[in-house]
Amino acid sequence: MIAELGHAALWLAAALALLQLVGGALALRGGEADGITGLARPAAVLQGGLAGFAFFALLYVFAVTDLSVKLVAANSHSLKPLIFKLSGAWGNHEGSMLLWVTVMALAGGLIAAVERRLPENTMQATLAAQGFVALGFYAFLLLSSNPFERLPEPAMEGLGLNPLLQDIGLALHPPTLYFGYVGLSVAFSFAVGAMLTRSVTPDFARAMRPWVLGAWVFLTLGITAGSYWAYYELGWGGWWFWDPVENASLMPWLAATALLHSVSVLASRDALRVWTIMLGVVAFSMSMLGTFLVRSGVLTSVHAFAVDPERGSFILALLAIYIGGALLLFALRASSISEGERFAVASREGALVFNNVMLSAILAVVLLGTLYPLLTEAFDVRVSVGPPYFNPVSAIFTIPMLLAMAVGPLLRWRGDSWARISKELALIAALVIAGLIFFALFEGGALLPLLGLAIAVMLAVASFLPLRGRNLKRLPIAVWGMVIAHFGIAVALFGMASESAFSTERLAALEVGQSATVGPWEVELASVQPVAGPNWTAIEGRMLASYRDGEAQPIAPQSRNFWAPAQQTTESVLLTRWNGQLYAVMGNEANDGRWQLRLWWKPFVTFIWYGGMLVALGGVLAIIGRVQQDLKRRSIRRMGAVRRADMGTV
Amino acid sequence: MGWRMWLPLMFFALFLGLAAYQLTQPKDEFVESRMIGQSLPYFDLPAATDGLPGVSSKDFADGKPRLLNIWASWCLPCIAEAPQLEALKEQGADIVGVAIRDDPADVAEFLARHGNPYSRIGRDDLSEVQLGIGSSGVPETFVIDGKGTITYQHIGDIRADDVPVLLEKLREAGQ
Repeated sequence: MIAELGHAALWLAAALALLQLVGGALALRGGEADGITGLARPAAVLQGGLAGFAFFALLYVFAVTDLSVKLVAANSHSLKPLIFKLSGAWGNHEGSMLLWVTVMALAGGLIAAVERRLPENTMQATLAAQGFVALGFYAFLLLSSNPFERLPEPAMEGLGLNPLLQDIGLALHPPTLYFGYVGLSVAFSFAVGAMLTRSVTPDFARAMRPWVLGAWVFLTLGITAGSYWAYYELGWGGWWFWDPVENASLMPWLAATALLHSVSVLASRDALRVWTIMLGVVAFSMSMLGTFLVRSGVLTSVHAFAVDPERGSFILALLAIYIGGALLLFALRASSISEGERFAVASREGALVFNNVMLSAILAVVLLGTLYPLLTEAFDVRVSVGPPYFNPVSAIFTIPMLLAMAVGPLLRWRGDSWARISKELALIAALVIAGLIFFALFEGGALLPLLGLAIAVMLAVASFLPLRGRNLKRLPIAVWGMVIAHFGIAVALFGMASESAFSTERLAALEVGQSATVGPWEVELASVQPVAGPNWTAIEGRMLASYRDGEAQPIAPQSRNFWAPAQQTTESVLLTRWNGQLYAVMGNEANDGRWQLRLWWKPFVTFIWYGGMLVALGGVLAIIGRVQQDLKRRSIRRMGAVRRADMGTV
Repeated sequence: MGWRMWLPLMFFALFLGLAAYQLTQPKDEFVESRMIGQSLPYFDLPAATDGLPGVSSKDFADGKPRLLNIWASWCLPCIAEAPQLEALKEQGADIVGVAIRDDPADVAEFLARHGNPYSRIGRDDLSEVQLGIGSSGVPETFVIDGKGTITYQHIGDIRADDVPVLLEKLREAGQ
């Protein structure tokens, strides 16, 4: 019954999305919002509620393991712990599409309920666009991926969830990314609304900014968590593989980062109007493109799931309609949107434009690398593009961007002179050179990681330079957000560069009682035990790890066997110190009674994820700061209105 | 100025065309791998089950062309391809197996139930060979010539139609 209710709620929500589209479009034509034309806002709110209900219905059938629902039977199992039953609801194609639609509908409802800054006609156009996009996804769900489909006969037992996905990190990873992807759909609708009504104003940018910031924070967290998950769960000791699925989340992040900076310029300086609109379209396009690449199977990926060419065609059709439509609108309207305020090259705006161009270039590099196999396959050549392409080519643009990150915040808006900040520039140059020399002497390594380390140290220092000479207590929270986010980038970069420059690896076959060394660690295999969990059995290697003759710490990596479905996974053990991680993976028994284990010492690797979290924290602070600023601005306006009214009575 | 605004749409149209074309292409065509023409990476795998030796990259340097089959007992398509491997063996192919993340007992049971076409089976618990050779899943089959060079890659299970193709590729590799 609950499944049927959920299904019905989806149809109703789809009907409301249509009403939202029609109501918004009519309001746009007529100008006045009354009768059917006033319906877009309430329709959006109600649509959000219904989609939310449908999602809860799905959570419910998963929670009770209702095996008459096809999706539950295919993706769950009565033995699974409750948390993974729930996460199983979105750990598959249909459920994740429902999550996508739900987040999108809730976001649409929220803008309809709270957004009052935009001119009413832009607001109506935005809601119409949001309804139009949602409609396509409802059609996708209801016509080709119904999550509530019943089986003719209930199944005896579910087929289970991929054990690799039975992990708390991965249970939370997709929703986090989806909040990001779908938050960008709001930015997209805003951009389309603004193009339709030709009103690209600072007010528009201020309305769009919290959504971009929010989406960006979730994307940052999602990518950080996903990277850490891949690192400890896959047992390969790597944290980024430039896999199409990883790129699918990186590309919207790059676009959102560029958009974030350009929307700030538009909000505070009324410049970069066309750029901001373009990036608003591109950012969400990258979300959809990523979804297409992951789901259609046109590219091979180690992470690809729910691959189905038929669904791929459906998503491709949605891409064609929405992105094609938005780009067509852009081509027709962009020339009539004037560029806004002018500014000098040496100015905050100038640096932000440079940053935007570099980010777009990195995005193009990643996009090309990801799509290149698609291009060559059309000529019957199968290639895979990996780190040898992505690392150096993206570095060409990343390095100047990182330098601009250090310099940009020191510049004033509109126009500045290099001479005014010459001391800071000298400090930045000195830090890079000193860092290069220091790390090169310390331990020889490849040029890119060394340069990365030097730039990371410089950026860490430079990100605090904008605070110099300012009253820290009265500093806007948003500035703290920027400082912390930039510092977070420096921290993450330090982790990445250090990991690639100084990691050491050891593959050992040990008898019980023997030990192996890796970097500064000595690891002794004390015993090997079988252990059993709720739905798996494992071989557990009990080891004693000691750092530089220090006290021995017990660790116990496992090699797990799940039986529904049958699959083997590794539960690696990470021993974290402030200066890095020991990474241990238990292998199987060799023929001669020895046990294989794989050990890594990865100096400062944790900085990658601490950095990611700092970046997200910076984003959260920026949101708080912006919301606070808006409230203040609103109350000032209200007071101004009151004062004008008072003066009128005098 | 105006024409530049059309560029994004043009690039997007190009992508759409390409993606639409790819979606309509059958996926199981003969494919060229980037590993074709390269030497096997160095590896030395222990035996995956009793009675058959393990596999080392040195085994491939004796002048005889071989098939290198990447599989696992937990892999369903591998059951489907078992009869084809038997057929290949009967027609003279030497097949070396690499079992991915597998268990000796399961390997033995799989061989007892579905036949044993292998002359050697190595156990690759860390997907070392799989990653090194550029394979992304099980099953996959590579043709290796007598000097240890990869000359052909077959992705997915071997169907009956693929047997003559693989025999032909083996013959070519032996010349």
